Order: sequence, then C-alpha cells, then structure tokens
Amino acid sequence: MYVAVKGGEAAIKAAHELLADRRRGDRALPAISLEQISEQMALAVDRVMSEGALYDRELAALAIKQARGDMIEAIFLLRAYRTTLPRMGYSKLVDTSAMQIHRRISATFKDLPGGQILGPTFDYTHRLLDPSLATDEEVPAPEAVNPSDDQTDEPMPRVSDLIAGEGLMEADSEEPESGCDWDEPGDLTRKPMQFPMSRDLRLQALSRGDEGFLLSLGYSTQRGFGRSHPFAGEIRIGEVDVEVEVPELGFAVSVGRIQVSECQMVNQFKGSKTVPPQFTRGYGLVFGQSERKSMSMALCDRALRAKELEEDILAPAQDEEFVISHADNVQATGFVEHLKLPHYVDFQAELKLVRQMQSEFYESSPQTAEADDTQEAAQ
Amino acid sequence: MTSAPFSSSEAQSGAIADYNFAYLDEQTKRMIRRAILKGIAIPGYQVPFASREMPMPYGWGTGGVQVTASIIGPDDTLKVIDQGADDTTNAVSIRAFFAKMAKVKTTTHTGEASVIQTRHRIPEEQLHEGQVIVFQVPIPEPLRFLEPRETETRKMHAVEDYGLMHVKLYEDIAQKGHIATNYAYPVKVKGRYIMDPSPTPKFDNPKMNQSEALQLYGAGREMRIYAIPPYTDVVSLDFEDYPFEVQTFEEPCALCGGTGVFLDEVILDDQGGRMFVCSDSDYCEDRRAKGHRGALSPDIYESEESLSAQISQEGADA
Repeated sequence: MYVAVKGGEAAIKAAHELLADRRRGDRALPAISLEQISEQMALAVDRVMSEGALYDRELAALAIKQARGDMIEAIFLLRAYRTTLPRMGYSKLVDTSAMQIHRRISATFKDLPGGQILGPTFDYTHRLLDPSLATDEEVPAPEAVNPSDDQTDEPMPRVSDLIAGEGLMEADSEEPESGCDWDEPGDLTRKPMQFPMSRDLRLQALSRGDEGFLLSLGYSTQRGFGRSHPFAGEIRIGEVDVEVEVPELGFAVSVGRIQVSECQMVNQFKGSKTVPPQFTRGYGLVFGQSERKSMSMALCDRALRAKELEEDILAPAQDEEFVISHADNVQATGFVEHLKLPHYVDFQAELKLVRQMQSEFYESSPQTAEADDTQEAAQ
Repeated sequence: MTSAPFSSSEAQSGAIADYNFAYLDEQTKRMIRRAILKGIAIPGYQVPFASREMPMPYGWGTGGVQVTASIIGPDDTLKVIDQGADDTTNAVSIRAFFAKMAKVKTTTHTGEASVIQTRHRIPEEQLHEGQVIVFQVPIPEPLRFLEPRETETRKMHAVEDYGLMHVKLYEDIAQKGHIATNYAYPVKVKGRYIMDPSPTPKFDNPKMNQSEALQLYGAGREMRIYAIPPYTDVVSLDFEDYPFEVQTFEEPCALCGGTGVFLDEVILDDQGGRMFVCSDSDYCEDRRAKGHRGALSPDIYESEESLSAQISQEGADA
C-alpha cells in the first residue's frame, strides 16, 4: 500500500535508494560522464537548456544524467535550480545578423548574400541505422575549408531584412524614437502571467514551451487549423554574443557567447482595413541547436498574432490563452502526474454521493442506468 | 522572519547548489508576502503572483510550499498533512523539505503547530488565534469548470457576476435532487468573492467560517494566492429550500470511536468488508492516546507514538 497508514517516510527513502541504484545501472559498465553527455548527447543538452531556460551545458548534462535521460524531468531539475538565481538585469538586443554561423538556410531564395550553409544537419541523411556507431570507430575530422575562399566571410544579412528592405514585409516592431531605449522586456518568471499578453512575453513563453506541444500545434496550422501559408524565410544556427550594459562603464560588455537557433517564417497576409497586403513574420528563437523547436515556435507565434492582424480566431493554435496556458511541460507534467497523489478524501465524498444517487435511481426506475458525468475530474 | 543564507547539506564547497533559508530567495519571499497581504486585504480575491518553479512538481503543492516558505521563520513549528494525515507520502516529503531547508521544528499535533500546510483537509481540532493554515490549491478558480477562460472569469469576479454558479447548483437540484458537489464546494467570502476552498470535502466548509486562524491559499501552477483573514464570514452557497449540508457518517471511527468527523473508507478484503477511520490521523491518535476505542481498534496502542516522536525529531536531525 503506497500510502500505508504509517511508514511513508521509510518507503520514500527506500524508493530513492532504488532510483539511485537503477540510475547507475550495471556497475560493470563505466559511469557516463557529464562531458560525454554534453559532447555526444549535445542536442539533448540543448533541449534541456532551452526549455529549462538556463544556458549552462554542464548543469543541463548533470540534469540529464540525474533524470536518467527523462527530458522533461531534466528540464524540471534545471528550472528548479534556475528559479533560485537572482535576476541581475537583461542583456542588450542580441544581434543575430552578426551571428557566427554554423548553419544557415533559406527556403525562399535559391541564393542570397552569404550563401546557404547546410552545417551539421540530419537533413538528407538516409535514416539507415549505422552499425559503425555501435562500436567506437574513429570518426575523421571534417576537411577544413580555407577561410579565404569560403563564403562565411561575407556578411549574412537576415532574409527578413532583405525582404523588408523592399517594403514587402511588415516592420519587426516600432523602433524606439532616437535617443530613447527599447522598453524593458517583460519576464514571465518575475511577473504573473495575464492575458492578453504582449508579444515579448508570448515569445518568452513559447521559447520555454514544450517542443512536442509546439510541434503539434505548428503542424495543425499547416493542416488547415489556422492556416497562415508559411515559408521558412530563414533558419540560422550559430553563436551570438550576449552583451550587457554596465552602468559604471557606460558601454556594453560581452558576458559570453551562446548558441541559438533562429527561425523567421514569412507568411502571407491579405491585408486589413488599415494595412496593405504584405508578408508578415512568425519568429522563433531558442537556445542551442533546435531547428524543429524554432520552426514550431515561429509557426505558433504567427498563429497567435491573429488578433493583432485582425484575422478570425478559429483554430486552437490561434488561441493565446489555450496555447500559452498549456505549453509549459513542467507545469503540465506536474499536474497530470499529481493524479498519482492520494485523493481519497474527495473520492470518499464522491463514493457517498454515487451510492446515494444509485439507490435513488434504482428506487425510482429499476432500468439500466444512463451514463452521467456528475462532476469534474479529480483535482 | 529573519533568515540567513546557508548551504544545504548536499552542497559541496564551490559546487553547484547554495540555497537560502526555506529555499526561496528573499526577493521572491517579499513578492509573495506582498501577494499574501493583498489577499488578506481583499478576502477571497485571487491575487496573481509570479509563482516560481519549486523543487517538487507543479500540482504537488508548489503554491502551498511557496506560501509556507515565505511566512515561515526559524521559530515556527510546522505541521504538514495530506488527506488529513501527517504520514501520507507527499506530506512526509514536504515536511522533510522544510525540516531540511529551513531547519524548523515539525510536529504532527495540530495544537502545537504555528503553521499548518494542508492538502484536501482542515484538521478536526479547532484552530486557534495565531495559527496559520496554508492550503495547497490545484485550481483556484471556482468558475473554471463553468467557464474555462481566465480572461472571462476575472471579469465575472470583477462585476460579481455569479449567476452561472447559482444556475449550476440549481441544475444539480433539478436534475439530481440535490447539489452534486462534495468537495471544492464554493463559498462566498465576506459577502463579496466566490471562492474555491481548494478541494477539501464540503464537510470542512463550516470550519472556514469565523475561523480564529489565518487561512492562506497558494496555487503555484495557476499563479494565484488568496486568503481569508481570521474572524471572516464564509458562507457555503445554497438555497433557502435546499440549505447547505455536510456529509454525515452512519458509524463512528473504527479505531477511536470518534463521531462528527470526516471518515475514510478502508477496504479490508475482496468480500465487501470495509471499515471507516478518521481522515485526521492526529485527531484519531490523540483520542486513542486518551483511551478512546473503536470497534476494530487494537487493544494496545503502541507504534503510533514512536512515529510521532520520530517526526518531531526530523527538524532537529536534518
């Protein structure tokens, strides 16, 4: 009995010992190191950093190890640590056009300044299991390209900026007047969430949101539930500097470099009463290399702009309260799994009622009972 | 409520984790205390607060834990119950958390506790002045299952538009002959806000009215805090011809013989055998310690005492 009348404490202790044992697995095998996780399970680390909302490869690797590879558990571990850290301030706008590119592709132009760079992608791999990976076969280092005849020296303007230059794309947002700074960005980890949300907060929520949830919602928009005719204007993955304004110095200093994946979706827009037909944007930005997440995020961002763009809100992906309230997997997993906790006080109350109603039912009509949902789900 | 930072026992020097007294940093506590004060000032109103991720999952009491962490001081004595019992696994886990992170004294005795964190019950023993009871709340919005949108329900509260709730209760009576809500039974606080008492059985609703203790409600995942100050009117919704009623039990507790208390049903075998025992384990133990016996009570009262001693030791040991 998991909630024995006595002994819950001993049971918990024993369960934790068992967990530690199973986590370690066969002692004849060497324990996996954080470096190995960080290097060889790099995309798992990226996902944990991204949804854990903390850029620290070592901690993310530790979380993955501690969680036995359960990604949502690892994300939760990282979040629960992140939340204890003081918030020092916020960085300057990260300039992704100055990104040190690892990968950059556009689906809207065959060629463009800076070129298309495939980078380390699964795309075009044939998904055939590779037996050579079962053993520790040596992997030769990729051939280095002479930087002088490589395109990477060329500047790589963002595709969205190129389209916007022609006046065919909406502005990213209203630039602050000269001399003024941007408004302080919102932070949903420091202010309670309220609807409707501003786009900065919404993007923050999406960036922390569950990859699978956003993937499915993004997918739903492609299948017609809130269709917005997207084109992958550009996906770029690489490293950017994070700069912080230091008041004592009067100028910004770089506090580090992070890898991010950025996706700019270009969407059709038929125009409204006040706005001419033009392309609109859906934006995705996540930590690490996670193209799928950044693309899903961009689709959802665009779908959630329905109200702002005076589109009809008909599909789940366009419904801000629905999407944002349910995108956080740490919240979702907690509440779903809390059904494991004892509910026997409430259930006792329900038992009494159902017994009473059944006896009333059989007294009045001895026929078959009709199904009836008397109350909301257990809380 | 002063506090000094300290390292948890796991933290190695120079290693990853250092935690403040009672886990939360002081800025966060201040933010939560402000929300609590606002909640006390507007009884029954759901105050949005910037809920933090906690080291236990959402839905497992993170709201209650944040409230407790924000109000607890080194001199407090904490009691934690789940389903009325001190030794359900999650209550054990939360009590151990505070014993470790705040090094506070813990107890199972309702009367000895200055702060009681609870899930799904209010203790049978009457709470007294100076005590604080902190409820873990899963869904703070009493109107949620009538209207799923927060944007709508906030408006409904603002203009005191509670017709929907009365219609729901009326339809229950029309269709089923009585109000089919047994827990999370809605109450009206100080004649203004309709409030969800967290899913306590409606049996506990009368205890909320004019309570001597401060009642605080924390919903972590839903980011809401609300409160009922001491000596506040709390009325369970009903109709003149269908007055509010609490559950009654035909038989007394099988262990302590207690009556007029909420009982849990324990299945004894697969032949339909069952017994009813106090949901409030401390109340039941206390009665048995005083010599009361129920129909199925073992004659000798032993193991429970050692556990109570063990639990109150936790704070000192951690």
